[in-house]
Amino acid sequence: MTDIVIVGAGIHPFGRTDGRTGLEQGVFAIREALKDAGLEWKDMQFAFGGSSAAGAADAVLPRLGLTGIPFINVNNGCATGGSALLSGYAAIKSGDVDLGIVVGFDKHPRGAFNADPEASGLPRWYGETGMMLTTQFFANKITRYMALHGISQKTLGLVAEKAFSNAVHTPHAWRRSPVDLETILNAPMISDPLTKYMFCSPAEGGAALILASERKARELGLTGPRVRGAAIRTRPVGSFEVFAPALEIERGKSAVELASAATWEMAGVGPADVDVAQLQDTESGAEIMHMAENGFCRDGEQERLIADGETRLGGRIPVNTDGGCLACGEPIGASGLRQVYENVQQLRDRANGRQVPDARIAYSQVYGAPGLSGCVVLER
Amino acid sequence: MPVAVAENLFVGSGSVTRLLAGRSRIDGKLVFPFPSGGAEENYDLVELAPEGTLWSYTIQRFRPKSPFNGDGSEFDFKPYGVGYVELPGQLIVETRIVADDLTKLRIGEAMRITTEAYRTDDAGEAVLTYAFRPAREGEKA
Repeated sequence: MTDIVIVGAGIHPFGRTDGRTGLEQGVFAIREALKDAGLEWKDMQFAFGGSSAAGAADAVLPRLGLTGIPFINVNNGCATGGSALLSGYAAIKSGDVDLGIVVGFDKHPRGAFNADPEASGLPRWYGETGMMLTTQFFANKITRYMALHGISQKTLGLVAEKAFSNAVHTPHAWRRSPVDLETILNAPMISDPLTKYMFCSPAEGGAALILASERKARELGLTGPRVRGAAIRTRPVGSFEVFAPALEIERGKSAVELASAATWEMAGVGPADVDVAQLQDTESGAEIMHMAENGFCRDGEQERLIADGETRLGGRIPVNTDGGCLACGEPIGASGLRQVYENVQQLRDRANGRQVPDARIAYSQVYGAPGLSGCVVLER
Repeated sequence: MPVAVAENLFVGSGSVTRLLAGRSRIDGKLVFPFPSGGAEENYDLVELAPEGTLWSYTIQRFRPKSPFNGDGSEFDFKPYGVGYVELPGQLIVETRIVADDLTKLRIGEAMRITTEAYRTDDAGEAVLTYAFRPAREGEKA
């Protein structure tokens, strides 16, 4: 079986770019990735791409060249980028193709996402009475987690403080100024216990990766991180996921736990082997809970790990080195690929100012509505 | 006369409110809300328990975008509680929460069902949805 190598990575800065559509940000990211690899669009044999709110991803084709390649549009919520990557990975594994691109981009209006009940198979009253907000789900999940596992409000604040502190060194981040802990903790509540600095905001951006078989990469004289494991899983019975009017009393595993377990098994490595991790931080609490769900610690250990700075740059396992969703914002289609882009920078020693020295194994994990997760393990 | 926000969601109002769920004729499992759109033929309509314990909660601090249609504008928006209540042996249901002080809620405390007029319809009638209130507060008008 061939290994798959990421031979190029490109990004359009996240945040707000007035006068540039989501699609144009996607085209920008693709051109950056091609430049990074020293390749041309006509070299691409396939493409997988997606956006949630910025149109069909294959609309990039006229801008780049109508070469006739298969371009498959992917739409999988916040896991859209991860799904595109997994699709590209499988395409090369199949042996039919050996060089192609995956892309994700988006552009959302300001303010929290508004959800359509019918589109999620839910009754109208659920949205009308004000219970269908992703922010409420995250707040409910962390409120219970804090009560069960002794996580403090201060720890929520430390996660956000770290995000903005890391983003100072990240050219593609949106919010690049440090915010002190007091300001974060005393800011207006959005959905208790989470203040406005503890939530990521819908945003804009694009990210693209060029994948090649190991043989093809060698033939082209290109190198890059190897994809050691990648998996996506959806919610099992007994999980607590976004947009759930009722839950079973007997609790079960989460989509994240299933996806991470599959990824670790495929990669043949475990959490202890990881040098740098990007974990979905839709809000501060998500990063804390995802540390445990991905196997980096036991429930409740986060309180001490975060107080000791273990997830900061220079700590034992730096998390969200580019500032994560909290500092980059969340363009749904691009968010998962941004995590992988950051890990590629880390594994190529290009993460100036936020570099994890000698990083060899890098992990990333996205989570999205209505309850799915995608994880990727890269090796230098 | 106040009207319910949806059919087959609950019966009664105030302290005599009962949430409606579906019990599967195949495996006996409960589902809430009661299924619709063709799936309902495999379910019997059953009432859920009026009391339970608070499983988790949050406070909605900003006015949600559409399809939320509660009274008021973003300028006079009144924060409301949203949480989950565990009904013993049945389900953990998501619900709006009413309380004298939403910041005093405690996970595990006893909760009792009620109704809440969350908006006024075009005919000027109050539209009711279900909610839970801490049992320690008793029933209020």
